[in-house]
Parts: sequence; C-alpha cells; structure tokens
Amino acid sequence: MKSNLKILAVLALLVTAGNVMAAEKLTIDGSTTVGPIGDAFAEAFKTMRPDCSITVSKTGSSDGAKALIEGQCDIAMMSRFMKDKEFATAIEKGIMPVAHAIAMDGVCVVVHRSNTVSALTSEQVKDIYMGKITNWKQVGGADKPIVVISRDSSSGTYETFEGLVMHKEKMSDNVEYVNSNPQAHARVKSTEGAIGYVGLGFVDRNVKALKIDGVVPNRATISKGIYPVSRPLFLFTNGYPKLGTTVFQFCTFYLTEEGQEIIEAKGFIPVTNY
Amino acid sequence: MTETVGNIEKNAAAEFSRPLCLTATEDLRGFIAEKIGYLILFLITFVSVIAVFLIFFFVIHETLPFIFQGSLSDNLLRVKEFLTSTKWYPERAEPEFGALAIIMGSMYVTVGSLLIAVPVGLLAAIFLSDIAPFEVRQYCKPIIEILAAIPSVAYGVFAVMVVAPWMQNKLGFSTGTNALNASVILAFMALPTIISVSEDALSAIGREIREASYGLGATRAETMLKVVIPAAHSGIIAGVILGMMRAIGETMVVWMASGNASRIPSPWWDLSQSVRTMTATIAGEMGEVPKNTDHYYVLFAIGTLLLIFTFTLNMVSEYFMAKVKKKARGH
Repeated sequence: MKSNLKILAVLALLVTAGNVMAAEKLTIDGSTTVGPIGDAFAEAFKTMRPDCSITVSKTGSSDGAKALIEGQCDIAMMSRFMKDKEFATAIEKGIMPVAHAIAMDGVCVVVHRSNTVSALTSEQVKDIYMGKITNWKQVGGADKPIVVISRDSSSGTYETFEGLVMHKEKMSDNVEYVNSNPQAHARVKSTEGAIGYVGLGFVDRNVKALKIDGVVPNRATISKGIYPVSRPLFLFTNGYPKLGTTVFQFCTFYLTEEGQEIIEAKGFIPVTNY
Repeated sequence: MTETVGNIEKNAAAEFSRPLCLTATEDLRGFIAEKIGYLILFLITFVSVIAVFLIFFFVIHETLPFIFQGSLSDNLLRVKEFLTSTKWYPERAEPEFGALAIIMGSMYVTVGSLLIAVPVGLLAAIFLSDIAPFEVRQYCKPIIEILAAIPSVAYGVFAVMVVAPWMQNKLGFSTGTNALNASVILAFMALPTIISVSEDALSAIGREIREASYGLGATRAETMLKVVIPAAHSGIIAGVILGMMRAIGETMVVWMASGNASRIPSPWWDLSQSVRTMTATIAGEMGEVPKNTDHYYVLFAIGTLLLIFTFTLNMVSEYFMAKVKKKARGH
C-alpha cells in the first residue's frame, strides 16, 4: 500500500514538473459538510485565477485540523470549532489557528402538512429520535404513530442534527434512513405521521417546518444563531492570511456576491444580517 | 496469386498446385501469428478471470483488520457480535457492529420477493412454453425481457413516489417504505430471469415426452404438473436461484424502498415494517466513511458475507444448470 502511494507521488511529481512555476498551489482539507462549499469556491477560483491550482479533499473536521497542525494544508475546513487539545498542539508546533466563519448551517425539523403539531422542544425531538416518544398524541397531536426519518449517517446534515439535537444519545432502531435531502422531503410530504429533517433550502409549502424551542427556522434566526439547530462553518488558517494572497482571497470569498450565491446554492446560509 | 485461389475454388484437384512444403519464413510467420493470436485472446480472457480473484482478494483483505485485533478470544467476540447482535452503531465513540438485523433484512426482502416472483414467474413460463399461441409468445418474451433492462434507480423512484404513498393510503401502513415494498419491486426485477430460464427449461423437454404422457391418457394439466415440470425441475431451480441472486445483490431499489431501519421486524411476519439490507448499508455508509477505521473494515466484512452468499448461490445454480445440460445430452 505504502509503496503504491510512493509510486503515485512520484508520478504526480512527474506530471506537475511539466508546468512547475506556473501554478500557485493551495491545499484544502477537512469537513465533508463544508466540502461542497470548498469545492464550489475552488471551481470559481479556476476561472478567476487560472494560474493557481487548488486541491480540496474531504476527510472530516478532525482530519482537517490535524492536517493544518501538521502543516499539510493551507486551509482546514471545519464544521465545528477547534478543540482545546487541538489548539494546544497547534501552538506547540508553532501554528496559530485562526477561524473564519464563512456560513451558517441550519437543519429544519419538518412534518407532514396535515400535522397539528407546530412546535416541539429540542428535548422532545431528541426523545422522538430516541424512540421514547412514538405517538403524536404524546406531544399534543393526533393519535398517530410517528414515522421517524433520518438522513444516512454519512451525510453532513446527519452530523449537524446528531451533534445539536441528539447530544450523543443513540437513535432508536425504528428510525428510517434516506440518502438525500430531496428524498427526505418526499417521504415527509407523502407520509402523514412522518417527522424528518432537511436543510433550510428544502423547506417549502409541501412540508411544515416546526418551531424548535419556540423559534421559527428561517434565514434570519439561523444567521443570527437563535435557532437551536444551527451552527457556524469555519475555515481555519495558520495566522490571519497575508493580505492579497490567494489564501486571503479564498478565505474572504464568502463576502463576495458570487461567494454568497454559492453558499446559498449549497443549502447553507450566508453570515449576513441586513 | 488470385488466379491460383480461383483455381482452387473451381477445381478440387488444383489444390495440389500449391506447394505442400512451406518456405521457412512462411512457416515461421504462421507460427508466430498463431501464437500471438492465442496470447491476445488468452490475455483478454485472463483479465476477466483475474478481476474476480482480485475482487475476492481485496474484499477479504480489507475485512481481516476488522476481525484480527487483539487476542484470539477478542477476535471471536468480534465475529460473534457481528453475527448475533442487532445493535448497529458504527459511528459512535464506543461503536457497536451488530449486523444480524442487516443480514436478516437482506433475507426478508429476498425471501419476500421470491414468494411473489416464483409462483408468478413459473406460471408465466408454463403459459409461454405450453399454452400461449406462437404469436403471443413471440411478442411476450421480448417485452418481459425489457423488465431486466430498466435501470434499477427507475424502479426505486417508482417505489418511493408511487408504491409507498399507495401503501400508506390504501393499505393503511404507517410507513410506505418497508420490506413489502422492496420485495414487490425486487420481485418484478427478478421475474425476467426466472421466466426466461424456466421457460427455456420447459421448452427443452421434448415433444415426445409430452406425447407419451398424452398417449397414456393424461390430461394437459396432469402432463404439465406431473411430467413436464418434474422433468424440467433442474432448470426451474436454476432460474429461481438466478432470480434470488438478482434480489440479494440489488442495491439502489432496496436503499430507496426498504426504509433502512436496522432492526428485525416484530412480529417476525410483519412485512409492513422497515428493514435494512446488506447492500444498502454498504452503499449508504461507504461514501463518507473515514478510511482504515473499524467502520470502514466492517463494511467490507458485510461485503465478504454478501460475496459468500452470492458465490454459494452461483455454485448451486451452476450445479443445476450442469444437470440440465447433461440431461439434454443424454436424450
């Protein structure tokens, strides 16, 4: 396995040796949730800055932090803030992690349109996914069994929900899994007793988004951070990037109109408040 | 040269006009050309054979790290947990890798689909081989075979968008994506295989056997049930097993239609509950799983199990197919 990697590395070197000098290289690593934004930013940079090559790999927030600390990447994408321990190791190694919050990620809990329940506490949502609450009448609705729908455990949406709602509790084995936001939407739309969760971009008139702890999920409540199932997404760099460099451009790209459009297109909420 | 060739065709005696003894270069050229041709054909065949071995090697190789950690008793415990526990929490801090519910899920949808597909497929095969007029048969067979050509994701969309709401509204199931939904769709996907293989087997039973049966005074139904079907049983079993392989290996449809709740339905006969299959688990979790972790290895362990199932089924169907061929040669 290792020798294969070596061969690959040599090949990659040979290939890149041809256009050495021409390209400025940027290595980005980290969260699979932030990954789509990173990919789309890199794509936009391809046309804006044809002279620089950007590689984005998505291995998870922890791996991103590790790569930044080891100096193996220029930018780490993270769906959580750096842990104390990671910060300490970074300082030890002479790396000064700086966070750039580039977008907000909010997950809306949705139910069938006919459902009379319109608000739940996050505790109740957790109990539903744990299998403690199994009928809508237990939370003030009609006498109907709850069909619990979750995204598959490899998705970023699942990760957000699990982190912010489940708080390390196990989901019950009654939970059904679907593999995309549109499919979660379709299942909730067509199933009367269903509860599911999707990104804000997928909430429309066909499903009903619940108030969580009394807060309506919308752009304003999520970007302000009032809605409980929302979290910021970060890029981490070593020190604040030198002004004018490609890293600086990349880390401030979310402030541009194109950057904000990309963030919205990927189902996240730009960090603006006007 | 062309003249000589012409002569050879016209007149058999002329073939002697060509020297019997080739020159050394001609001889060598022929020899080399034959060997090169042989080598190329051999390599092409070899690539597909080696692919099978590489798949086996790779999947098993990636499974081993899941089993072999720590002492021997630890290893056994891990295998025992994998095969007997229904707790599937591979992503947690203290992960649990109990795949029993997932293995049972595969069994549920496979057996469920066979319960539907075998009677339907067998009856259709009988109709096509013995009852239908020639024209009907000529049109029906290709149309049935189109079923096999429809991409499975199209079946999946149909299952989620049409069958699931229908089951909720008309049958009153609380969830429409369940074992029954997946079984019905899989049954349709297995039908073409079962029908065409069984139909071939039934047709291969010669006319004389049927005539002998009629000659002894048997009715058409008796001939069919007591003579033709028993005679063709090897081919029918092979067809059923091939259909079963299709059902157990199918991924997209079960991933969309079965609901993916990792537990064994209770009571056990209740097909209106969600199940999760081995294929769906691999497809759903492999995409983003960090490499070289226990979760990654356990997915390969499921893959190995699946490979063992299909390999065994394949062997059994080969056995019955060989029996059919032997019988055909015997007559």
